[in-house]
Amino acid sequence: MIASRAALALIAALLAWAGAAGAQDPAKPRRSGFDTMSPRIQAMQRDDLQNPGMLWVADGEVLWNKIFGISFSCAHCHGDAKQSMRGVAARYPDWDPVEQRPVDLSQRINLCRTRHQLVMPLPPESVELLDLEAYVANQSRGMPIAPSSARELEAPRERGRALYTQRIGQLNLSCALCHDQRPGHVLAGATIPEGHINGYPTYRLEWQGLGSLQRRLRNCLSGVRAEPPPFNSTEMVELELYLAQRSAGMTIETPAVRP
Amino acid sequence: MARTLINAPRTARKGDVMEIRTLIAHPMETGYRAGADGRTLPRDIIRRFACRYNNELVFSADLYPAISANPYLAFQVVADASGTLTFTWEGDNGFAQTESATITVS
Repeated sequence: MIASRAALALIAALLAWAGAAGAQDPAKPRRSGFDTMSPRIQAMQRDDLQNPGMLWVADGEVLWNKIFGISFSCAHCHGDAKQSMRGVAARYPDWDPVEQRPVDLSQRINLCRTRHQLVMPLPPESVELLDLEAYVANQSRGMPIAPSSARELEAPRERGRALYTQRIGQLNLSCALCHDQRPGHVLAGATIPEGHINGYPTYRLEWQGLGSLQRRLRNCLSGVRAEPPPFNSTEMVELELYLAQRSAGMTIETPAVRP
Repeated sequence: MARTLINAPRTARKGDVMEIRTLIAHPMETGYRAGADGRTLPRDIIRRFACRYNNELVFSADLYPAISANPYLAFQVVADASGTLTFTWEGDNGFAQTESATITVS
């Protein structure tokens, strides 16, 4: 009887350990990718004139005020982005009641184009879309990530979490195995970051350009030799949704610079 | 037209050392990389940058394929007289861009 009780306790302890292994260690403060990169790249991000991401932000400001076709500019409805867009990027991806699905910031910009400006949506990763996304997200720089609390988002966010912890690809790795359990270790010569999303769209030195979170996720997925889902697929947005929850409260750095 | 960001003081006192900082959007394609189809992408770089202060050349730089995209250049100029700083970038495929900044020296 005592032996079986001890065995049960052991099993319970193992289960608790297995459950905890998937999550980040709550005792350790989370670290932005900024904290683990070299002082030179940190200086590059801090200084708006050295930060090449600001080129996209500056172009985004021009597009914000540009009239598309015969219809409106963004500014016609939203006014000065410095006020109206402050804090907006912090809550995306958010639930869209018309589409009945979660949408990320770039999708929201495209929905505005098709619904109100009556122009074609911009292709994913196109320069103009990155310009606008960087400009809007830059208005929330310095604010904490504050995910939307819409109840409809709970199920997709949970599916995103499942995707995050699911082993995939020929290398049979999950996101959590590296970014929750082994941040700070070295993988293929690069330090594994904690994988926070507080700087997107991000200027990556490896890309020599600005790129979205989805581009970064697809990089990681092809890195573990999995088939990356296409841009704007349901899986991608659900993963973004979970990642926003995971990075909640962290300071937005857009446009961040990363190695 | 490529997007540029230029930081130059608007006012200065005569004899001041001013720091001028410039950033320009440019792919700086090296000419050594292969594109998606396996063919080598043709070189497309900025080859020369020059800064003129009231039409006098005060700083210039030659750029080479190893310089990264969106090159950032910072240099110092002694404030001499009120006038115009002119920045020119020239490169492959006829790339040429000129920007200017005015400065008041007291």
